[in-house]
Amino acid sequence: MTDTTRPPVADWTTDFDHTHPDYAQHAPEIWEELREGCPVAHTERFGGAWLPVRHEDVAAIARDTEHFSSEGVIVSDFRPEGLAPMGYAPPITSDPPFHAGSRRLLLPAFSPKEIDRWEETTRAACRELLDEMLADGATEVDAAVAYTQHIPVRVIAEMLGVPKEDGDKFRVFIHRVLEAPGSFAHEEIPYEETLDYYLKTLIAERRANPTGEDDLVNYLINVEVDGQPLSDDHVQGSIGLLIIAGIDTTWSAIGASLWHLAKTPEDRRRLVDDPDLMVFAVEEFLRFYAPVTMARIVAEGAEDAEIGGCPVSARDWVLLPFPAANRDPEAFEDAHQVILDRQRNRHLAFGVGIHRCVGSNLARMEIRVAVEEWIARIPDFELATDDPDAVRWSTGQVRGPRELPIRILSTNEVS
Amino acid sequence: MRIVLDSDACQGHGRCYSLAPDLFDSDDEGYAVLKVDGEVPAGQEEAARLAADNCPEFAITVEG
Repeated sequence: MTDTTRPPVADWTTDFDHTHPDYAQHAPEIWEELREGCPVAHTERFGGAWLPVRHEDVAAIARDTEHFSSEGVIVSDFRPEGLAPMGYAPPITSDPPFHAGSRRLLLPAFSPKEIDRWEETTRAACRELLDEMLADGATEVDAAVAYTQHIPVRVIAEMLGVPKEDGDKFRVFIHRVLEAPGSFAHEEIPYEETLDYYLKTLIAERRANPTGEDDLVNYLINVEVDGQPLSDDHVQGSIGLLIIAGIDTTWSAIGASLWHLAKTPEDRRRLVDDPDLMVFAVEEFLRFYAPVTMARIVAEGAEDAEIGGCPVSARDWVLLPFPAANRDPEAFEDAHQVILDRQRNRHLAFGVGIHRCVGSNLARMEIRVAVEEWIARIPDFELATDDPDAVRWSTGQVRGPRELPIRILSTNEVS
Repeated sequence: MRIVLDSDACQGHGRCYSLAPDLFDSDDEGYAVLKVDGEVPAGQEEAARLAADNCPEFAITVEG
């Protein structure tokens, strides 16, 4: 499914392509090379885009909503126009002042106390997946296919109040949007199989037959701001955002965490022996394997916009590779080492500034529970391959292992 | 030891209340709320430092 037709990259400093399979397999090496040679890379692809890799530059742009608009957050050949200030998936695509109100609608549902309610659901889903995965005595499994990819889908389906079988559709929608942006534009996809159709149908059905359930779809349909319900575009955009942003990202972080533990026996043992480490370990996995690269568009009329001293033009794309920022030695001691109990860790995995990931508490909980349940059941495991390329990493703006061959070395009985 | 929270800088990352639950709480939207009056109770100094050192927005400062 990966788009393999991307032309080869001539030079990562002047012709980068984050949707190329070479970027997917070698991004950390590319960021390091750029950081040392050309920390603000450029490409003519996608109509012109920038790739800063220093922590300082990435954080500065993320916080600067005056010069950098969120009207477009997925870099592709299609550049949104005329959608500000709401954008197509509020609040992630919204600019101030519209942004704050739209974000405030979602925050309570994702506060830590609300997210606590979903921990048992998540734990049950993880246990069920492990039961299925181990049912026939398997000793080699693809952890991405059998485990990690299903966890966030099941939880978000429950939160939205849609059948868990819809999760398979979600993964197809997400792949089109995030991993191969633009490459499906010319393919004939029947309208009935699109995210747009799914959302419009879901909202229309709920309006026609109210279910009265306390779920996020009903909440967004019924909520009023200043006595007015949200526009259909707002409801659809926000539900779409929860599906697109809440699944691939967390799946990637869980997969990368298991990948790390599979290839690092001393960390695996430490985590099994000392569960109190988990609160630090989850943040360290998030720092080192941050899945998300955000994007901005240089705001219309922002004449003086610059990135690390490099002038940029209005309407240029700007990628914000949070994982690259998280490995910057200027910002982190021993940045290139995973230190499970790292004590100072101001990582940017969830971004920084007004667009801090609204689902960060949910993502953290899912990563923690997924790793806890895995190591409780499978305390010893390793990569089932010596070939680094056998672990395929996703292309585009969400980075994580899409195939994760694991050999199971020991299991515990279900408690 | 004194601890100060800059509520305008807080973006609700939630690192402080998970690392220092005796010093910070979350409001209904996930933003941080200081549970003490600015003086760090004895035994909470390490937690206070952790909260400050892990805030991505540099919204927490400790002195003393």
